[in-house]
Amino acid sequence: MTSTPTPGQAVAGSALDEDVPQTQVRKLSRLERRAIATKGRLSSPWASFIAIVIAILWTIPSLGLLITSFRPQEDIRRTGWWTVFGDLFGGSAQFTMDNYNEALYGNSNDLSTYFVNSFVITIPAVLIPITLSLLAAYAFAWIKFPGRNFLFIAVFSLQVVPLQIALVPLLSDYVDRGVNGSFWTVWLSHSIFALPLAIFLLHNFMKDIPASLVEAARVDGAGHVKIFFRVLFPLLIPAIASFAIFQFLWVWNDLLVGLTFADPAYQPLTVKIAELAGTRGGDWYLLTAGAFIAMIVPLIVFIALQRFFVRGMLAGAVKG
Amino acid sequence: MTWLLEPDTTTQKFMLMVVAVVLFAAVMGLILFLVDRPKRIPSWVVALGFVGVPLLFLAYGLLRPGLITLWQSFFNRNGTEFIGFDNYVRAFTEGQFQHVLVVTAAWVILAPLLSAVIGLAYAVLVDRTRFEKLAKALVFVPMAISMVGASIIWKFVYEFRPDQPGINQIGLLNQVLVWVGLPPQQFLIGQPWNTWFLIVVMIWIQTGFAMTVLSAAIKAIPDDIVEAARLDGLHGMGMFRYITVPSIRPALVVVLTTIAMGTLKAFDIVRTMTGGQFGTQVVANEFYTQAFRQGNQGLAAALAVVLFILVIPIIAYNVRQMRKSEEIR
Repeated sequence: MTSTPTPGQAVAGSALDEDVPQTQVRKLSRLERRAIATKGRLSSPWASFIAIVIAILWTIPSLGLLITSFRPQEDIRRTGWWTVFGDLFGGSAQFTMDNYNEALYGNSNDLSTYFVNSFVITIPAVLIPITLSLLAAYAFAWIKFPGRNFLFIAVFSLQVVPLQIALVPLLSDYVDRGVNGSFWTVWLSHSIFALPLAIFLLHNFMKDIPASLVEAARVDGAGHVKIFFRVLFPLLIPAIASFAIFQFLWVWNDLLVGLTFADPAYQPLTVKIAELAGTRGGDWYLLTAGAFIAMIVPLIVFIALQRFFVRGMLAGAVKG
Repeated sequence: MTWLLEPDTTTQKFMLMVVAVVLFAAVMGLILFLVDRPKRIPSWVVALGFVGVPLLFLAYGLLRPGLITLWQSFFNRNGTEFIGFDNYVRAFTEGQFQHVLVVTAAWVILAPLLSAVIGLAYAVLVDRTRFEKLAKALVFVPMAISMVGASIIWKFVYEFRPDQPGINQIGLLNQVLVWVGLPPQQFLIGQPWNTWFLIVVMIWIQTGFAMTVLSAAIKAIPDDIVEAARLDGLHGMGMFRYITVPSIRPALVVVLTTIAMGTLKAFDIVRTMTGGQFGTQVVANEFYTQAFRQGNQGLAAALAVVLFILVIPIIAYNVRQMRKSEEIR
C-alpha cells in the first residue's frame, strides 16, 4: 500500500493532457484568459485566504519534521521545532547531522542496510512487471488469438482484488518451497501484484497508436516481435516512463508486501521505520531523521519526473 | 552460492539484483526469439510467447491464492474443521468486529469525500492564478511520501506532553491549543475522535491526487461553454454550481471511487500510528492482526473476503456512472 492512489478506473471522459496543448493555448490568449480569470473569480480575498490556509496546512507538518530532524536531541525533547525561528534571530539556534548519523549507522538501527534493501527490492520490482505487462498488453492489443477478449477482461477485473486476499496462501506456498523471505519472493510478489493495472494501462496506450502504423509494418513483412520492438516500443516510452515512476513509488513506499514476504534482514526501509515508530515512538530524533531518509528518494524521483507522473495518472484516471 | 538466496553484504545484494534482472531478460529474450523464428507459426503460439509468463504469474499469485483464501474462510482457525459461514457471522455480529466495520465505514466515506472537496476547492481557487504551479506542487508532494512516512509526520504533529509547568508541548497541534488557552489533548487516544485524526492523514495524502485530476478536468471545460454561461449572467458560486461541477462529474466519480478503494485496503496509517488500539482498528489491519499475530487463518481469510466484497459496490457505482456518461454522449 502506498500513498499514491491507484489510477486505473476506466471512466469515459474527455482525454486530457495537461502539458502539451495547454501551453500553446495559453500563449495564444494569455491576456484574454487573465481577464476572464479575474472577472470570474469567486469573491477574491476570501478565495485567496482559503487557498493560502490549505497550502500552509499541507506544508507545515512536513516542514516541522524536516526542521526537527536537524535539531540536537536535547532541544527536540525540550522545545517545539517552531522555536528555532525565534532562536535564529537570537543566534542560539543549533543544527546538527547527528540524528542522521545515528539513524543510518547507529548500533541498533543501521538504516543504511535497509536503504540498500529498498533499492535492491525496488529496481527489479519495477523492471520485471513493466516488461511483462508491455508484452502482454501488446498481445492483447495487436495479436489475434482465441480467448483474447475473455482473458483481457479477466486480467482487467483482477485489478479490484485486494492484495490481502492473496497474501496468506502465497506465503505458505513460498514456505513449502523453502524460498520464503528471500529477495526472489519479494520481487515475484511485487511483479505479480503490479501486473493487472500495468497491463490495463499500457494496453490503453497501445490502443491509441494508429492501426495503420502496425499494418504498414506487417505488410513490410515484420513479425510481431519486430513490430513490438521497432514500431511500438519507441512510441510508448513516455507511457512506460509514467508507469515506471508510479510503480517505483508504489514499491518503495510499500509496507504490506515487505512486511509479509521479506526476512528481517532483507526488509525495506518502510518496514523498519514502521517498526521504529512502534518500539521507539518517543525517540523523535531517530524517527524524524529516519522518516526523512525514507522519503528523500521518492521525493527526488517524484519532483524530477512529476510531468510524466501527472500525465500517466490522468491517462489512467480520466481516459476510457 | 548461498548468496543467491541469502546475500550478506551490500555488494552481494546488488550482485543478486543484477543476476535477477539479467536472468529475467535472458528468459524473456529466449521466449521471444523462439516464437519469432519459424516463418509460418500459428498466431496463438506467438501470443502465448507474449502473454504466457504474465498469465502464469497472475494465475499463480492472484487467482490461485484468492480461491484458496475463499475456501479457507469456511474453516476454523487452523484449517482443520469446516465451519460454514461462522467466520463471516462472527465478523458481522461480534461487537469487537462490528466496531471495526463502523470505523472502516467512517474511513471509506470521509477520506474520499473530504479529499475531493478540498482538492476541488483548491483546484478552483488556484486555477489560472500566478502561483498555480507552486501552489499545486505544495499539495501534490505528500503523494510521493509513503503512508508510513506520513503517519510519522502527523504523529509528531499530534505529540502530547502532560500539561505541567516547565514542560513545553513539542507537537504543533497541542501547542496551538495551549496558545489559545486550552488544555493539550491526547489526540490519538481519545475515542472516537482519534479515528478522525487518523483519517486526516489519509486526506492529507489523497488531496493532491484529487486536485490534479479535477484541475485537469476543469481546464478541459470548453471556453465557449464558460463564455456562454457568463453571458447568461452566471458568476462565482453560480458558475461553480451549474457549470464546473456538472462538467467534471466523470472525473469526480473517478476520484471518489479510486480514493475509496485505496482507503479500504490501506492499513499502514492505523498500524503505524496506533497499532489498531484505542478503538481505531480497520478491516485491513484486523486482517493482518488475525493472520499474523492471532494466527486465526479462517477468520483472517473471511476478513480478506469481506474486504473484497466491500470493494464491489464501489466498482459497481463506478461502472454505472461510466455507462451513464457514455449514454449522454
